[in-house]
Amino acid sequence: MSTPIVTPSASPTWTGLVLAHLRKDLQIEWRSRDAINSMLFFALLVVVLFSMAFDPSAATSREIAGGVLCVATLFASVSALNQAWAREIRHQVLDALRMTPSGGAAMFLAKVLANFLFVGVVQLVLGPVFFVFYNLHPLGDTWLLAAVIPLGTWALVSNGTFFAALSIRSRNREMLLPLILFPIFLPALLAMVLSVKTILTGDGSDPNLLWIKVLAGYDVIFTTISLLLFDTVIEAE
Amino acid sequence: MKKLALAVLALGIVALMVWGFYQAIYVAPADAAQGEVGRIFYYHVPHGMLCYLFFAINFVASVMVLAWRKTNPARALAADAWALSAAEVGVVFCSVVLITGPLWGKPTWGIWWTWDARLTTTLVLWLIYVSYLLVRKFASGTEMQTLAAVLAVFGAADMPINYLANRLWRTQHPSPVFGGDPDAGLKDPRMLHAFGWNVLAWAVWGLAILAIRVYVQRRQQSIDNAVATAALAAD
Repeated sequence: MSTPIVTPSASPTWTGLVLAHLRKDLQIEWRSRDAINSMLFFALLVVVLFSMAFDPSAATSREIAGGVLCVATLFASVSALNQAWAREIRHQVLDALRMTPSGGAAMFLAKVLANFLFVGVVQLVLGPVFFVFYNLHPLGDTWLLAAVIPLGTWALVSNGTFFAALSIRSRNREMLLPLILFPIFLPALLAMVLSVKTILTGDGSDPNLLWIKVLAGYDVIFTTISLLLFDTVIEAE
Repeated sequence: MKKLALAVLALGIVALMVWGFYQAIYVAPADAAQGEVGRIFYYHVPHGMLCYLFFAINFVASVMVLAWRKTNPARALAADAWALSAAEVGVVFCSVVLITGPLWGKPTWGIWWTWDARLTTTLVLWLIYVSYLLVRKFASGTEMQTLAAVLAVFGAADMPINYLANRLWRTQHPSPVFGGDPDAGLKDPRMLHAFGWNVLAWAVWGLAILAIRVYVQRRQQSIDNAVATAALAAD
């Protein structure tokens, strides 16, 4: 007498499918910790490299810190994003996933959420290091960082996950992702860097928080396009 | 007969461009604030407008590729030729914008380039479509056409950002001459004429290049097709 471990319901909800995918991605990462470890070390190296290369004073630190944090996250996540799909390619897991009833959008959203969590963990660890290395004393509304950083990270991870899936289908996989992702991500990077700079320097150059609104609008538009087009990418052949 | 018609068409385009040049350089008065340097406006702005046109053609053709790739592959292939050609011509026009801008900026602002919202987003637009052309090199076949079409949709989503850049922010780039303030616009009718002729001339020129490029690409597609069929028959 054996009880079934999973009771298949007639039609799983879309949210349920997303959560199932997410659970799978988180479980894989929990067992290997490949993505988080490599991203963390890589981002740390970038921060150290930049502070050596520029040797910034306290005033210039405030000006450039936002950019360095964004670029460090950007470089670190590109390596991990390629891996996120590359491991699905091995043993034809991706083909198996395509045959599940969930559809591309659910798979994509789960992957974005998982990567968002990984990059978020990296930033949480990196943040304090960053403040110490660059002697930062923010002069503006620091709490706004809690809105800007996740919004910018979401823009990076959402586009990055999408274009990683797109570029693994091309000949030189690892090469292509940064070439497509960086130009697409640039408007978000610009918005993120300028918002962070306004917050750190407290210069009041953006009183209406226009850049943060642009960043939010960018997230909504580009995530929607990604969700709509993901099936197309995953089934292109 | 066909050759004659083409020759007349080519002559007409050249004549239009010469006329546009004459209007811009000799007829229109020099700008009160900028002097003779301001005449670059008659090239910079039409190319900016037309690069939107070609990227829009690329977008529409890419959507057609996505819509037809399963139901009507032959038509999707034709749309792909249009998408590729429009992206190439668009990149050329966008390059002209990026070159004429600094040429004007140096004498007027004293610097070649500044990272304001308009300039940056224009450069981003250029970079995105260059990456679009790169994707087309890195993959092949119908898979590449689908992936490129998907990327084109993202590129098109960047166009409104570029368009709104000097409307949302106070940029160092001059505020829009058309469709901006009610106070803006070309006040002298001779300036408006010179501008209109140049838009027309460069539009006709660009569309002619586009048509030739599409023709070449269609020929290339039929050659590729014949090679593939022959390879299959040889097996």
